[in-house]
Amino acid sequence: MNDMRIVERDVDITENKITARGVQVYYGTNHALKDVDVDILDKTVTAFIGPSGCGKSTFLRCLNRMNDTVASARVEGKILLEGEDIYDPKVDPVQLRAKVGMVFQKPNPFPKSIYDNVAYGPKIHGLTRNKAELDEIVEKSLRRAAIWNEVKDRLDASGTGLSGGQQQRLCIARAVATNPEVLLMDEPCSALDPIATAQVEELIDELRAEYSVVIVTHSMQQAARVSQKTAFFHLGHLVEYGETGQIFTNPQDPRTESYITGRIG
Amino acid sequence: MSVGILTLIVLALAVVGFFVGRSRAMSSVGGDARKLHSLPGYYGQTVSLFTAVPAFALMALWLFVQPMVIDARIVGQLGPQIAEDATASKLAMEDVSRIASGLDALQAARGMTNEEMRDMRADFSDIRGRLAEVGVALGSEVNPQIFEMAKDYRIMQARGAMMMSVLVLAAAAAGFVVALRRIHGEFRARNVSETFVRWLLIASAGVAILTTIGIVMSLMSETIRFFGMYPIADFFLGFTWNPQFRGGSDLGLIPLLWGTLYISFVSMVVAVPIGIFAAIYTAEYAPPKVRAVVKPVIELIAGIPTVVFGLFALVTVGPFLRDYIAMPLGLGNSGSSVMTAGLVIGVLNIPFISSLTDDIINAVPQSMRDGSYGLGATKSETIRKVVLPAALPGIVGAILLAASRAIGETMIVTMGAGAAAKLGLNPFEAMTTITVKIVSQLTGDIAFDAPETLVAFALGMTLFVITLCLNIFALWIVRKYREQYE
Repeated sequence: MNDMRIVERDVDITENKITARGVQVYYGTNHALKDVDVDILDKTVTAFIGPSGCGKSTFLRCLNRMNDTVASARVEGKILLEGEDIYDPKVDPVQLRAKVGMVFQKPNPFPKSIYDNVAYGPKIHGLTRNKAELDEIVEKSLRRAAIWNEVKDRLDASGTGLSGGQQQRLCIARAVATNPEVLLMDEPCSALDPIATAQVEELIDELRAEYSVVIVTHSMQQAARVSQKTAFFHLGHLVEYGETGQIFTNPQDPRTESYITGRIG
Repeated sequence: MSVGILTLIVLALAVVGFFVGRSRAMSSVGGDARKLHSLPGYYGQTVSLFTAVPAFALMALWLFVQPMVIDARIVGQLGPQIAEDATASKLAMEDVSRIASGLDALQAARGMTNEEMRDMRADFSDIRGRLAEVGVALGSEVNPQIFEMAKDYRIMQARGAMMMSVLVLAAAAAGFVVALRRIHGEFRARNVSETFVRWLLIASAGVAILTTIGIVMSLMSETIRFFGMYPIADFFLGFTWNPQFRGGSDLGLIPLLWGTLYISFVSMVVAVPIGIFAAIYTAEYAPPKVRAVVKPVIELIAGIPTVVFGLFALVTVGPFLRDYIAMPLGLGNSGSSVMTAGLVIGVLNIPFISSLTDDIINAVPQSMRDGSYGLGATKSETIRKVVLPAALPGIVGAILLAASRAIGETMIVTMGAGAAAKLGLNPFEAMTTITVKIVSQLTGDIAFDAPETLVAFALGMTLFVITLCLNIFALWIVRKYREQYE
């Protein structure tokens, strides 16, 4: 792990953004996630690592109720966003997803112009009063996603015409445009080449200043590079959760040690 | 030897060839199929193909060419005056072939030998009476020259058929032997089979294209004849449709075109929203179980014959619209109307649009929907702003295809829209369409040299061009705006 870029490891924030207690997820009869307790801090990058099928993506999709769109999924337990239960019947999942944005594994820009891709969220949530404000949000989001300089001259071009890395940054711009409090990223770099990956990782580190970022990744180097806190999932259990440096250098659980040293997974 | 028996012989030979070829391939490698280049069945296949394909190709060619050659030679006997006059030579040929078929019947009924047939003379015996006895009625006494020609015609036909049988069998046998001798362990039989499959597919595609070209050519030649008799400007720009079989008709296209477009427009107003909404329901909202029932039921409408829809228009929709809408509003008292036909064609087109649209919506990747939901969009926002725009080119294509169906629809408009060629805006009045007039100009006692009849071809051509343009436009839209999601 000598190659990793050392990010700020000190987590002086103690304020919980998301608190999960006793979360169980079932897909039909399959018990996919077993009794997960986790506290996700504000303005921190939290990485979920673990072998395929361990439940990390499932848990991520619980945090903005994307599992609601899967007919067979059932979620039990409590997930609190700033003290409010997001599975409470009073909570509108649509409002929740505006607060908890998501970036997917494969870049999925809409077949619209770059501008309309970013303006999509602000438009449906009525965040702006006029075109000038919308323009401002679009520019700010694209700048924040570190793609403004590449696309500022062709905002009318189709978002699907960009390269893979640009598409993914466009999707990040699209997600930050609704001004979310939490940003969920489901293996955001798995479809990208190393250069694009480095750009996105740098971006994730910058986003930490304003958002709580949760990233699922298969790459342990990536987790080590970008995150302050790491959670290791295995077979539906949250095995270990702690400071990234401690997880990678001094894991408490033998399963974590086996995984990060490459013996299981 | 008849064509049927010849076909059976060649097919039998091909089947035998299959088994012989396969066993020869096997014995060439001492019964170990692994040493063969291809599976043993492919070797059998090559023998079958080499036996049957050239033989059948020759037979088809012969059957096509023989009548042309014989006709040309018979017409040559008529003498230059008649041969050069297309109408006279055509009439003479009809006489010849009718007498020849009468002679065939006579020979079969009486059991006469070929020599007896050859000695029969029109000037000595009552040919007309004898042919009448076997059920072939002739309009007039038989001209001896024509009768001799008919006898020649029969002889040539018999000779031609005999030669064909011999040549086809020879071709089959030659193919059989050549293919069989080529078989050895290294022979690439599988590649032969591939080549054959490719040509078979090319030929199938060619049949469809050639048929289309043939249809266009025949329409075209009759249309050109029509414009030789009736001014082209009066046809395309005429505001009156009033065919008189005594001559002096007004054959203006515009009232018919207006009726066609008006009725199609009404039908699209019905079919497009309902079809698209139905598709959105089945593709996005319906639970899998409901979808499994609803989609086939909607598509069932497409299986109902249009004449049944026509009956529905005639006895149910038409009177209903007249009694409950048109009469109370004072808009007319006609059972057949633009509205009747338009509504019923619209219903007919609903499954067409909804089924295509449903497929197109399903082709929009789930990741698009996830992206939209992930930003906090509701289901209907996602459909309106992401799914439908992504599917739009396909939907437009489906709509245009449905429009060309509506324009070409015949049975429903015949029974539901009436037959009065009128230019009007009142949708509760009877109007008529191009298709209805094509049918009415070609039914009943007709002569194929009057503009009143030939106008049907010009109408058909116009219709063809309109729907062709619509289809090309639809394909162009689909191709131009097809979304590349990946």
